Amino acid sequence: MLRFFGRRLLLLGVTLVVASVLIFAITNVLPGDVGRIILGPFAPQDAVARLNAELGTDRPIVIRYVDWLTGVARGDWGRSYAFDTAVFPLVVERLGRSLTLAVSGLVVLVPLAVAAGVAAARREGGIFDRVLSTVSLAFGALPEFVTGVFLILVFGIWLGALPIQALPPDGAGPLTVIAHLVLPVGCLVLLLFAYLFRMTRASMIEALAADYTRTAELKGLPQRTVIWHHVLRNALLPTITVIGAQIGWLVGGLVVVETLFKYPGIGSLIHFAATNKDIPLLVGCSLAITFVFALGNLAADLLYAILNPRVRHGRHAH
Amino acid sequence: MAVTLTEAGGRRRASRRGVVPLAVGLLMILVWVVTALGADWIAPYPPADIDFLAISQPPSPAHWFGTDQLGRDILSRVIHGGTYVLTIAPAATLLGLGLGAAIGLATAWFGSWFDEAVMRVLDAVMAFPIVILAMLALTFLGAGTGNVVLVIGLVFAPLIARTVRAAALVEARKEYVMAAQLRGEGSLHIMAMELLPNVRGPLIVEGTVRLGYAVFTSATLGFLGLGVQPPTPDWGLMVSENQALLTTAPWTVLFPALAIAWVVVAIGLAADGLKEYLEP
Amino acid sequence: MTASSTGPLLELDNVTISYQRRRDRVDAVRGVSLIIQPGEAYGLVGESGCGKSTLAMAVMRHLPRNGILSGGQVLFEDRDLFRLNQAELRRVRGGRIAMVYQNPESALNPTLKVGEQVAEVFRLHRALRHRPAAEAALDMLRKVRIAEPDRVVGLYPYQLSGGMRQRVVIAMALAADPALLVLDEPTTALDATVQADILDLFTDLRGEMKAAILFISHNLAVVQQVCDRIGVMYGGELIEQGTVAEVFKRPRHPYTAALFDCIPDFGVRKSDRRLAGIAGGVPDLAALGTACLYEPRCLISRQLCRVEHPDLMRAGSRHLSRCFFHAETPAPGAAARVRPEAVPVPDVTAGIPLLSLHGVGRRYGRAHILKDIDLEIAPGETFGLVGESGSGKSTLAKVISGLVPPSAGTVALAGERVAGQVGKRTGRQRRDVQMVFQTPDTTLNPRKKVASILGRAVRVLAGLGGKRKRDRSSALLGDVQLPVEMLRATPDRLSGGQRQRVAIARAFAGDPRLVILDEPTSALDVSVQASILNLLLDLQRESQAAYLFISHDLAVVRYLSDRIGVMYLGELVEVGPTERVFRPPFHPYTQALIAAVPRLGGAAPERPVSLDKPAPGPSERPEGCPFQTRCPRAYDRCRAEAPPWRDAGEGHMIRCWVALDALEASQSAALKPRRVQAPLPIGRRP
Repeated sequence: MLRFFGRRLLLLGVTLVVASVLIFAITNVLPGDVGRIILGPFAPQDAVARLNAELGTDRPIVIRYVDWLTGVARGDWGRSYAFDTAVFPLVVERLGRSLTLAVSGLVVLVPLAVAAGVAAARREGGIFDRVLSTVSLAFGALPEFVTGVFLILVFGIWLGALPIQALPPDGAGPLTVIAHLVLPVGCLVLLLFAYLFRMTRASMIEALAADYTRTAELKGLPQRTVIWHHVLRNALLPTITVIGAQIGWLVGGLVVVETLFKYPGIGSLIHFAATNKDIPLLVGCSLAITFVFALGNLAADLLYAILNPRVRHGRHAH
Repeated sequence: MAVTLTEAGGRRRASRRGVVPLAVGLLMILVWVVTALGADWIAPYPPADIDFLAISQPPSPAHWFGTDQLGRDILSRVIHGGTYVLTIAPAATLLGLGLGAAIGLATAWFGSWFDEAVMRVLDAVMAFPIVILAMLALTFLGAGTGNVVLVIGLVFAPLIARTVRAAALVEARKEYVMAAQLRGEGSLHIMAMELLPNVRGPLIVEGTVRLGYAVFTSATLGFLGLGVQPPTPDWGLMVSENQALLTTAPWTVLFPALAIAWVVVAIGLAADGLKEYLEP
Repeated sequence: MTASSTGPLLELDNVTISYQRRRDRVDAVRGVSLIIQPGEAYGLVGESGCGKSTLAMAVMRHLPRNGILSGGQVLFEDRDLFRLNQAELRRVRGGRIAMVYQNPESALNPTLKVGEQVAEVFRLHRALRHRPAAEAALDMLRKVRIAEPDRVVGLYPYQLSGGMRQRVVIAMALAADPALLVLDEPTTALDATVQADILDLFTDLRGEMKAAILFISHNLAVVQQVCDRIGVMYGGELIEQGTVAEVFKRPRHPYTAALFDCIPDFGVRKSDRRLAGIAGGVPDLAALGTACLYEPRCLISRQLCRVEHPDLMRAGSRHLSRCFFHAETPAPGAAARVRPEAVPVPDVTAGIPLLSLHGVGRRYGRAHILKDIDLEIAPGETFGLVGESGSGKSTLAKVISGLVPPSAGTVALAGERVAGQVGKRTGRQRRDVQMVFQTPDTTLNPRKKVASILGRAVRVLAGLGGKRKRDRSSALLGDVQLPVEMLRATPDRLSGGQRQRVAIARAFAGDPRLVILDEPTSALDVSVQASILNLLLDLQRESQAAYLFISHDLAVVRYLSDRIGVMYLGELVEVGPTERVFRPPFHPYTQALIAAVPRLGGAAPERPVSLDKPAPGPSERPEGCPFQTRCPRAYDRCRAEAPPWRDAGEGHMIRCWVALDALEASQSAALKPRRVQAPLPIGRRP
């Protein structure tokens, strides 16, 4: 267990380093000089050069990377051009708000998709299975701004039942807050449901067909015990890893959902940074998102390890 | 003899598992291929024609899908928009497939430290949410059709590589590959002639699934303003341009959104059907 | 308790089981009737696809989704199993009928402790509470003689060896004291020594418990050891039934008789007799005519057999046969008295050895998969390599062929040192060493036609192109006795035996001097195995190639090999001419292997060496002799120092600390039918 934990932490470290190199590389090595990107195509060349010198983009790349990384580690994430404030606190504040959205999404999604997957697998090929498989296929492949537009049109405008902006007015009661979250969260859930549902269904079908399930049935155990005691435990293990991977999609989905529903979270912030060429802000947002994503995966891995005796006891299969 | 007949019927049905969704999906895509190819003749108006006399008109016999705030015909723009989706998505998918298959085969075949190193890097790349990665890259490369294809292809390559690698690893341990080694076949021969034909199934299935996600991603990038630039009638871009009109002129948003949904669902159906057809 | 004491325990009455397949419906089991009395042990044997496992699952009323009981009845304790409601069925399953499965690896739930998995049965069928159930489970694990039961109850399945897992499954099956135990190939997935232990356990348990047994197996010798009566299945039908004594002494169906002739008796050599295969293949169950199913392959068939399907008929007081001419069934061996053509005897001592290994080792991290292997193979010789799974046989084959480079030592071909990796060897060297693999399903590239598979081998190995390449491919196919039309077939159209033949043809494409045969017949049925072994002998006679023959089946290795090497935990522990290796003195490990061979006819000698303890993994290699943790003769020195090679004469070498005469004395005594416990002369520790 400790070895597993250590290995995973090491892997997390490697991932973060590679990710930071990648972010740094994209923002510094790709053709297109930073000064030119900021000042635009019509700025005079000497102004661009001055800005580049000011930003330090003319120094050797490795030194710049190390400088940048130490700064990042110290919490010095630079200043946003557009907001003219320090990036770090801004990112943290927006991240907090996005987490509300993301966590609400997961809280709705996971039980729903897992239960549906289990139910569909138990009646494989049945009506429920086929309808849900087809419907989830359709919704899972739709970009979230498309589902979002449909949701807004139907519930927000034609029925007029729900607010179409995610951020509630100041001092709103909890019910209002929830009402404002329904559409954006629904949008995220629709995006992620298909994949999780399908993976749960698949691993459930596999576990149901496994020899140990036959053993349990032929012991004479009632169906309920077979499912709860023998099948679910094995079927849900791979599902946990899937949930970890889903966090990436969730974060990606936030960019669009927050933009569409005008929610001031990290997603709309990174979109703003990208469209306004606010490079320090863009880098800061990317770093934060990568970090959250990596942590989510780590959490999923650990949960998997805790539930899997093979890993728990140190020997783990590769 | 009745028995024989029903058996024959059963056989026909059984051997066509997956064919129905595959055919429906392909037909639904074909509609867009045809309209995109013949866009100049089929579309009632030029897509960028501004008509200040017909601003924000609801659907009518003259403008079936209505017009936007510049009086441009939505139907014509949606028809022309298909061209972009139907070039960007397949091109990006092909790029991703080529790169991904090469990386996947090489990591599976060479194994050891090469595999370890490449996969660690790819893991880290995949640690980024796709949209974020594409957004980052496009900010610096600059928006535009070519760059969108490049970025989506590059972002998909690790995912495809992982699928191919998993399938190729299983094959690489099989005895026919050992027999090839014993003949002294080179790595290139083994990857191309022994492994590749046997990972074709998963590769094709992954390709169709990725095609769907390529539409998804390119539309999303368009919506975020990082793909093709105005005044190009890209579907994603149209949704974001007209987002403000959702309450007053919903048709400006609804029809491009429906078009995206149509294509994505069509590809999904075809992918699902194909998967069932290839893996009984 | 619920059993009526008079009637039969299990009665299958004209049972037909059908599978709905994609295109048609197939009767996998047709009209099988049989009766098992309380306490009786009934063995059901047959080759793959004969319907025996389907029948076993029908007794549990657990058919696959597409399977239905389309005719007849399964009566258990006078009740129709297929008419029970779910609650009644659950009481029967696990309570009155329990099952032991082929694959203990997957039969246990990987996420539950094994103690809990056994205790569950006590709670369910014996209504015990948690604590008493756990104690009963512990007791049951003791009863199946698992080592350290107190520790095992708290372990997960992956922490146990295959043999221990199977003991847990058996404990689970016995927990509710069932009236019928269904054993579906319970030892097939296990190593020979473990199989012998499990069979012993069954024999012992039969003395202690009242349960009747339905024993499904493809292995006649295994069934013989446990059962009273035996039924033979062919093409979904029961074709012969009788007491074990009768059927084994005088089979009354030509198929049964032919099956016996396919199996090399332990001790028969290639110079003694040719094995008899069974010509043709199993019937296509989807397209059955009115003839006897076995008619196309039968040596005594007549006109009647072609037009009429025989019923089971009486062939003795308790003996049934589905053959019109059962009285004329040839006695086993009679049909096979084919004198083999002269088998060349290679001269092992003269000249340069074809292959020589010196100090070859292979390690992964700290684990030694191979250690310090010295080995020579003479031109034209057949060298047999035996050992349990994990002993390093296959890795050694890969090192020799260059698929796995050695991490120590040298490999030389005809006195010339060769590179460790096949890619770095010369074309000539690659041509000289070719391999035939174990798995017919994966040995050929499924995307290529036979013509292209053989053509590529001919092109690369023999350097032929164009028409000469095609001619050579056809000739190769002819050499392995396949019709030339098969060149156009893809592997999925070939049977397992045919695929292995193509693989053999591929290996012979460039006139190799050494062919490594890595368990080439272990995935095949015995009738196919016999014809492949014959083919290998014919090819060797024509090509003069040397064989390195790897197998876990001692009878087959003994039949085929001139010399034999025994491997344990990556080391050779004994090498010698075949007949010397099978005569005392032998290495204690060889002794255990030989004792574990299930034998047809006559009881096996009592087994003085039980290898109940699992072999340590390669990373847990013990100090001193690798075998010392399981060896009944191990003493202090074995635990401290690696043992020396001792020369028993005529090239027979044994690696052991125990003196050869001491080994020989005790082993000769053990081989005689035993009444008294043979003394164990040297320092046996309790």
